[in-house]
Amino acid sequence: MGDVFVVIEHRQGEIRDVNWEMLNLASQVASDFGGEVVSVLLGSGVDDIADQLAGASSKVLYVDDPVLENFNADIYQKNLSALIDEHKPTIVMIGHTAQGVDVAPALAVEKDLPYLTDVIELRGEGGKPVAVRQYYQGKVNAEFSFADADTYILTIREAALEPIEPAQKGSVEKVEAPAKEEAEHRKFVEYVEAEIGDVDITQSEMLIGVGRGVREDKNMPMIEELAQVFEADLCGSRAAVDAGWLPHDRQVGTSGKSVKPKLYFAVGISGAFQHLAGIKGAKTVVAVNKDPNAPIFAEADYGIVDDLFKVVPKLVEELKEE
Amino acid sequence: MKTFVCIKYVPDTSEADVNLNEDGTGVDTSRFSFDINEADNYAVEEAVRIKENHGGSVTVNSIGPQDSEVTIRMALAKGGDNAIRVEDSRIYEYDPLSIAKVLAASIKDQEYDLVMTGCVANDDGNMSVGVALAEELGVPHAAMVKQVEVQDGKVKAHRELEGGLMEVVELSLPCVLTIQTGINEPRYAPIKGIRQAKKKELKVMSLDDLGLPADQVDESASKIKLNQLYIPQVEAKAEFIEGEDAEEKATKLAEVLKKGGLV
Ligand SMILES: Cc1cc2nc3c(=O)[nH]c(=O)nc-3n(C[C@H](O)[C@H](O)[C@H](O)COP(=O)(O)OP(=O)(O)OC[C@H]3O[C@@H](n4cnc5c(N)ncnc54)[C@H](O)[C@@H]3O)c2cc1C
Ligand SMILES: Nc1ncnc2c1ncn2[C@@H]1O[C@H](COP(=O)(O)O)[C@@H](O)[C@H]1O
Repeated sequence: MGDVFVVIEHRQGEIRDVNWEMLNLASQVASDFGGEVVSVLLGSGVDDIADQLAGASSKVLYVDDPVLENFNADIYQKNLSALIDEHKPTIVMIGHTAQGVDVAPALAVEKDLPYLTDVIELRGEGGKPVAVRQYYQGKVNAEFSFADADTYILTIREAALEPIEPAQKGSVEKVEAPAKEEAEHRKFVEYVEAEIGDVDITQSEMLIGVGRGVREDKNMPMIEELAQVFEADLCGSRAAVDAGWLPHDRQVGTSGKSVKPKLYFAVGISGAFQHLAGIKGAKTVVAVNKDPNAPIFAEADYGIVDDLFKVVPKLVEELKEE
Repeated sequence: MKTFVCIKYVPDTSEADVNLNEDGTGVDTSRFSFDINEADNYAVEEAVRIKENHGGSVTVNSIGPQDSEVTIRMALAKGGDNAIRVEDSRIYEYDPLSIAKVLAASIKDQEYDLVMTGCVANDDGNMSVGVALAEELGVPHAAMVKQVEVQDGKVKAHRELEGGLMEVVELSLPCVLTIQTGINEPRYAPIKGIRQAKKKELKVMSLDDLGLPADQVDESASKIKLNQLYIPQVEAKAEFIEGEDAEEKATKLAEVLKKGGLV
């Protein structure tokens, strides 16, 4: 009782960044719930990972079994369910990630537990959580409280919180897998790596980022001209890639790439958190957007609030004159 | 293949100002324009393609207001066969698990092979309804799917993970898939389809019609409670380039970038 479980996400031998962020949040709030931070690790051959986690949690509770070699939502759910029954943690944190959202909602339904997603702030009041999440892609915040329960399941937004600095030596406890059976109805087949394109935007010095604000394919030549004057490569938001204006390997953000150019020039990009996560390493960010409240301006160094179709041609003209 | 596809009618707020009502318990949606949720549009396309390639039918499910019927009919115009719209003011819409219960009630007694949802609703960002729905129905699922291959009695689904890595999984039917944007190129509704869609069945149901007791999905049933909404103070780190008009701003930006050695 009182403990904060952090469900560890790892893939192909690597611990994902979201864990360190969750562990930081967990360490800040654990005392509100009167418990400790427990990393919950499911995997096969993960002694190394358990050791790394010991530096950032009071305890690492870990299950090492061949059935857990690759993530499988069904098998994860069964094991997490049993661990919750046995240990009764107050909070279970799961990443609001492709892995997390594949298992957390089903777990919450199965166990009939309070469930809040994409949490960006958390505190405890009287032993119960109070949490903040967002609506309308960051335009509205919402504070939630919870019904009485033994355990609360929360998914935590990725790349929004500071990572923890490992500083302690927690205990490591290896336990038998509560559920060892293969999943009958869902089988892991393989990983398929993303295709590699002609330009590696993670290495680009200058980048023009294209967003949905550019509207149509036929406006891309205007952007290409802008790229020419900056000698920049083109990349873009998921919306631009989904629309087919750019190939997938030019997508910036959580499901695309993280870039670290000298200049990132965002044209008609709103700045969804999944996009911003990919431009944290950019030195200077410039954004043109007609919405003064677009979240991109929180990350930008210079901003113009206006119509990109007026700004971009004029900018090209000014810079071409040189 | 009998497919159900769940679509949500959502406001497009990417360029809109969002204003709250006075006590911070709701958003003034009167000036928003609404349409099908982005990911759901891809889910409808995928469902229609599966029908075209493997036969069967597509039922469109939506919990939403009467105004959403235009959007539901659009999905029918693209190839959906019939639709169910659930409307009941008692449903607590902040709780994705309640939404999943209602959708499950509208599907579970019918014959189905495949249920598709979007992977995320752009207004609430819960990324949860599809997977919760699978658990309610007691069938397997895969979230964030960007490629589907229908095989005999099963589907192979490519799940999109961070960084563009794909995880391929195999699910037995029936199952639930939550569809990620970019999986296909959604079609526009053909004129003929729009005409035909007017005649297709669109059943409107309440919780009572579904046989779902309201106290399982209303505010009292929800284990999460909204305290209040507020507009976040975004610290605009940006130095805004001011000017009379767009051209002047562009000229000034050019100066700044030149001085900073960024061009
Ligand atoms: C699991 C998951 C993973 C994701 N991964 C990524 C990712 O890796 N990368 C990513 O980018 N997104 C990702 N997204 C999507 C993300 O949530 C947003 O939907 C997306 O980033 C929006 O792209 P956008 O900014 O181009 O479009 P929008 O949000 O629609 O913004 C368009 C902007 O253009 C502005 N605009 C319109 N017209 C003009 C004009 N004439 N002049 C100036 N400005 C104008 C508008 O004000 C608006 O701010 C992911 C989503 C999910 C659910
Ligand atoms: N009111 C609704 N009616 C129909 N489908 C919905 C509704 N709300 C959510 N969904 C489905 O669930 C998906 C994920 O929503 P969410 O979990 O809220 O992000 C959406 O893309 C829809 O397919």
